[in-house]
Amino acid sequence: MEPLSWTQIILNILFQFSPVWIALIVTFLVSIVYKRRLGLYGKLFDSTIGMIGFGLVMFWVYTAIFAGVFDLVYTHDPLSQVSGMKNKLPGEPLRSAEEGEYAYYLLGGDNLARDVFSRMVTGSWVVVQIAPLATLFAFMVGITLGLPAGFYGGRLDTFLSFLANLILAFPVILLFYLLVTPEIVQTGIPNYMAMVLFMFPIIFVTVLLNSRFYTRPTLRTPLLAAVLLVMFWIYLSVISAKGTVVSVLPSFLDLFDIPGGILVVFVSVVFVNSPTVFRIVRGLAMDIKTRDYVAAAQTRGEGRWYIMLWEILPNARGPLIVDFCLRIGYTTILLGTLGFFGLGLPPESPDWGSTINEGRKLLSIYPHPALPPAFALLSLVLGLNLLADGLREESLRD
Amino acid sequence: MTEPADHDGPILEIDKLSISFFTRLREIPAVMDFTVHVQPGEAVGLVGESGCGKSTVALGVMRDLGKNGAIVGGSVKFKGRDMADLNDEELREIRGNEIAMIYQEPMASLNPAMKVGRQLMEVPMIHENVSQKEARKRALEVITDVRLPDPKRILDAYPHQLSGGQQQRIVIAMALMSKPSLLILDEPTTALDVTVEAAVVELVRDLGKKYGTSMLFISHNLGLVLETCDRICVMYSGEAVERGSIEDVFDHMQHPYTQALFRSIPLPGADKNSRPLIAIPGNFPLPHERPPGCNFGPRCNYFVEGICDKEETIPMIPVEGYERHESRCLRFEEIDWNAPLELAQTKTKGEIGRVVLKMDKLKKYYEVAANALFGSSGDLKVVKANESLSFEAHESETLAIVGESGCGKSTFAKVLMGLETATDGQILLDNRNIEQIPIEKRDTQTVADIQMVFQNPFDTLNPSMTVGRQIMRALEIFGIGASEADRRKRMLDLLDLVKLPREFADRMPRQLSGGQKQRVGIARAFAGDARIVVADEPVSALDVSVQAAVTDLLMEIQREHKTTLLFISHDLSIVRYLSDRVMVMYLGHVVELGTTDQVFSPPYHPYTEALLSAVPIADTKVEKQHIVLEGDIPSAMDPPSGCPFQTRCRWKSEVPGNLCETEVPPVRDMGDGHQVKCHLDDEIFKRMAPVIKIAAE
Amino acid sequence: MGLFILRRLGVMLITALCLTFVVFFLTNLYPNLEKLAKTQGNFRMSDEAVESWLENRGHLQPMPVKYAQWLGVLPGFVNELQNGTVLGKCVKPGMEPDEIPRFCGVLQGDWGFSTVFREDVSEILATRLGLTGILMFWVMVLMVPSALIIGVLAGMREGSRADRSLSTVSILSTATPEYVSGVIFIALLASSRYGLGPLLNDWGLIEGNAPFKGTATSAMENPTFENFFLPVLTIALYGTGYIARMTRASMAEVMTAQYIRTARLKGATFRNIVLRHALRNALIAPFTVIMLQFPWLLNGVVIVETLFNYKGFGWTLVQAAGNNDIEMLLGVSVVSVFVVLATQLISDIGYVYLNPRIRIT
Repeated sequence: MEPLSWTQIILNILFQFSPVWIALIVTFLVSIVYKRRLGLYGKLFDSTIGMIGFGLVMFWVYTAIFAGVFDLVYTHDPLSQVSGMKNKLPGEPLRSAEEGEYAYYLLGGDNLARDVFSRMVTGSWVVVQIAPLATLFAFMVGITLGLPAGFYGGRLDTFLSFLANLILAFPVILLFYLLVTPEIVQTGIPNYMAMVLFMFPIIFVTVLLNSRFYTRPTLRTPLLAAVLLVMFWIYLSVISAKGTVVSVLPSFLDLFDIPGGILVVFVSVVFVNSPTVFRIVRGLAMDIKTRDYVAAAQTRGEGRWYIMLWEILPNARGPLIVDFCLRIGYTTILLGTLGFFGLGLPPESPDWGSTINEGRKLLSIYPHPALPPAFALLSLVLGLNLLADGLREESLRD
Repeated sequence: MTEPADHDGPILEIDKLSISFFTRLREIPAVMDFTVHVQPGEAVGLVGESGCGKSTVALGVMRDLGKNGAIVGGSVKFKGRDMADLNDEELREIRGNEIAMIYQEPMASLNPAMKVGRQLMEVPMIHENVSQKEARKRALEVITDVRLPDPKRILDAYPHQLSGGQQQRIVIAMALMSKPSLLILDEPTTALDVTVEAAVVELVRDLGKKYGTSMLFISHNLGLVLETCDRICVMYSGEAVERGSIEDVFDHMQHPYTQALFRSIPLPGADKNSRPLIAIPGNFPLPHERPPGCNFGPRCNYFVEGICDKEETIPMIPVEGYERHESRCLRFEEIDWNAPLELAQTKTKGEIGRVVLKMDKLKKYYEVAANALFGSSGDLKVVKANESLSFEAHESETLAIVGESGCGKSTFAKVLMGLETATDGQILLDNRNIEQIPIEKRDTQTVADIQMVFQNPFDTLNPSMTVGRQIMRALEIFGIGASEADRRKRMLDLLDLVKLPREFADRMPRQLSGGQKQRVGIARAFAGDARIVVADEPVSALDVSVQAAVTDLLMEIQREHKTTLLFISHDLSIVRYLSDRVMVMYLGHVVELGTTDQVFSPPYHPYTEALLSAVPIADTKVEKQHIVLEGDIPSAMDPPSGCPFQTRCRWKSEVPGNLCETEVPPVRDMGDGHQVKCHLDDEIFKRMAPVIKIAAE
Repeated sequence: MGLFILRRLGVMLITALCLTFVVFFLTNLYPNLEKLAKTQGNFRMSDEAVESWLENRGHLQPMPVKYAQWLGVLPGFVNELQNGTVLGKCVKPGMEPDEIPRFCGVLQGDWGFSTVFREDVSEILATRLGLTGILMFWVMVLMVPSALIIGVLAGMREGSRADRSLSTVSILSTATPEYVSGVIFIALLASSRYGLGPLLNDWGLIEGNAPFKGTATSAMENPTFENFFLPVLTIALYGTGYIARMTRASMAEVMTAQYIRTARLKGATFRNIVLRHALRNALIAPFTVIMLQFPWLLNGVVIVETLFNYKGFGWTLVQAAGNNDIEMLLGVSVVSVFVVLATQLISDIGYVYLNPRIRIT
């Protein structure tokens, strides 16, 4: 068989993405039709920048979901090697394609004869699984600590700010090199850190609900009990894994195990992101606490946490949402950095950082394995930045 | 560019000017068919409520409307030349040189990173190409003209090193640097304290005369316009509704809006019980929701269907028998302008009851770092925010607390509410000490009993919670109502109490106007049947027509609930209107305390006297004794020795020796519980003349 | 002002102590020591052998003691084995027993010995820092002016076409981490078979097959445009976008300020307004950002030096960290923490200097 021409490659790739296109078109149509009823999200569709950003982000989100959950989009198993396909150029046909097997390597093969296109597509699943969740956790930690620091000020603030600055003064890569090594995983430090960091969402939700509903014990007590039970179970399942230092849950109760490599990556990304979120939240809290509605809440005897979580936090949401988008982008870059240095994730993992790292070794001879993941990462981060920009612009316009 | 030196017509002719702003959705007309002429040497006042388009007119004259604004009709002629014909270069030559502008926030108008001197010198250097030296010389002259002390030092200062009053003088100086023929002042004193405002206003008036400058004075304050202008133009919702000389408009108004405006502001003689203010019903129309025909129609007492709401623009109609007096009303000739005010029912005064709150020598000191930015080390300074406050407040009584910035009235409120604890002295609520109990430790009843209404309506409600939710939360906290349904019912009752439609329960605060938000704030304060309500300048941020309605509401609730109202304000007109007793504060000290009549008539504390003189009153019949205080209010961080007021007191020379500088005066009883903190002799107190006199007609 | 700097220096010292202790702690965890023993001794050591190897060299002392020895506030560990060899922290190869100093910590100027490079840490640091210094210098020369100019031009007329295009460029560049832009640049400009190289060669614009070199190893000896431009550009690109966006936001905000209107209504020309009134106020925020960019630039340096094989500070960090070269790592972290904290201090002082509102008297 002849190799495909560039036009054929592009057409075939576009076709592979067809479920993504359909999902995107549906999303956009629905959103634009109902945009006046959708609040800030709807307003996004008034801004070109915002729409482009949203489109890029959703492209990768859908790609990840279709590839990761439904096994669509990609053409070959991202880990399997096909003989004779080592470093082959884009459009190269397989030597002996079996029945039902996709007959081409659309974007060529890498130096281990794996399909570059499939690796790029499945790589998005790694990012989409980790980045938003890690950012969310970083926000929980940053908010839970930043609100009291900004609200109370004084010693507490000095102490927490010192800690935050301490982490920020650490060059990120040094931190990664120290934390994300097999030796450290062996000592169990990431598990301990996970125990602490993953506590924050529970604290956050508990305080959130209690401060709001403590005046109505009949509602509060069952609600809190139910929520806490579920969260604690998830918490224990997450931190406990067989064979590591923290193995507290019997295996029949353990919902899932997170591989040590992923856990340590997750923990260190949360760890690196939290201080910045802390600083933003602290600044916003210091600003908003001078408002009269906060004084009004104080003068009717509201608890401190109610004021922080229900009076201050909702009114800080604008800048926080914008920063959330930017920070997912930043987290994506950090994950790439980890992959680039071969830290944490298993070496054969199709995530973009690792693929770039592998591809760069033969870059000036075979650029095709390194470029697709590079552009993929670029476009996702760009999308998130544009989305944040659009959100910021639209939230200011009122 | 040659200047037509022989131009002898009006300096500024604005003819049928229309200005619109363009948004993504629609065109919003901000100013429509607006005409005003300013003669040489004349001062014209432009009056209206916020959003009426008065500032837009000023920017339209300067042709500085930004990206979204555009002049869509009419013309602006300056010295006979149409401003529309000028190119950028010519426009620049006029700006700052021939027309200068002063606006509200002096701090924001000055470049924070540039020395004051350089900012001043820039003006002649741009327009007349003079040398640095010459420019500096002129800057010095002008600074001396605006009566700033130590001009040389000020030239080398950065704006933040000056006080608000000084900054505004610098802005004025900058405007006068090139001796412009027209000065546009956009609310130039709104951000300043009353006594400082009085001095600035006097300065502007004097300098206008000295330089022969024409002025366009934009303000929401009728009293200020009376004091500064020759002619007045009243604006409503983008249009001029009445135009004429001050006397004509103030005494023989010919437009229902002007009349309604005057009836809604507290003038001497108004009284909350016998002659209450009359609020203008309804709300200011949004620019894109203006009614057909007369804009004021829906809120007008004289509205006649078929005439006032016809789909046509109403022109300005000259008023016969007056010179240059016009009104935009189709019916002004039919209206009997001299008809006596039909009184709404006269209200019976609430019976003042027992003492509910007693302050005894309350003191609040703060320790602050001398250097705010660089942390807590270094010198600590003690700020004496409240210095021995003693007074009693009774049931159903309105006690006004009057003072300018830094006088300690807000600190007092905080201590009373329990947000801070007292340094010394006591607060007795029903004979229970509460001064050392912070709010978290107070029992629910005490918290519910003392509530507060806040100043800024745009800040008083949580922007991300519905109005109903916020009131219900207060009910929840005060433990009122057994179930959600119960509380919801009670919340709706509260909305009725503050005269808001029940649908508002599900609205977000941003969908409400300022006055409506303030009502929600009041409803929230009364959620737990508060017995003592601290109202911290509750109406000062509202438009005059809304102020009356909100004050009346407060008064009415007070009558029904026998509430003790602590009314904090700097506005003596409103204080005189609604309070039973008045407490005047200056730099943490109570300088005078007495019934409203006692405080508003001699003998006065010298500060009260100056304060009374400083408040502009929109009544041509009022004659005021002219007292202008020198300088600014001293900082509470660094108060003067002895009597706090000694640095600005005009009676100081009457006290023998340096008593004023060394000793804090004792509190003296002038009879009937009227207290004054002053060293002056009884003889001199007896000599004091009333500051405000209403001239016999 | 003096007091302020003194206090900041105090905080810096505490921060540096905390951070080095964290690094010390992490690098001295048992699995790391075990790895060290096996790489230094031999890979087939038994667990007991590892333990005695570590014991003999003082690695099993309590963590604070070891840290104090590294700092130089406690005497260095000395241990004479049965066969007469003296082992210890302060022992250098070829040293006579009586020459061994009692203290040999950072305070004495002894940064230890690198197990990977087989050289004194202080010497490695000096040469590597020098190389990175050259790189950073050019990065700054390229990045700061271009970022500020882009930002000011974009923010000066918010919403204009110039603003839109410049903003898009800066967003794009902030979305491109160094390992992405570096890879793209190399593929595009440094490959002799693909990208622009062969094309330019066909047109006769360049002599070789690629306009730039994909490695900067030769730049360590002799930096030229050809071998040095790509690494510099790669680091600068990400920072440029970030600073430009900051500058734009700050400039756009200043341009809507009341005092700019004052200046305009004074009759000042647009040029004058931008240069004399807006610029200084608008540069306050980006200045702090530029300074606080340093920790991130350090990241960029590590990535780019690895990618372009330029053996500077960042490359050393990767080598040391990858091989658990404890003393080297500590040295590296001391230096980087110092750089970060020093820039924070400079940023604070500069902020005070630029912003007269908070000048300390």
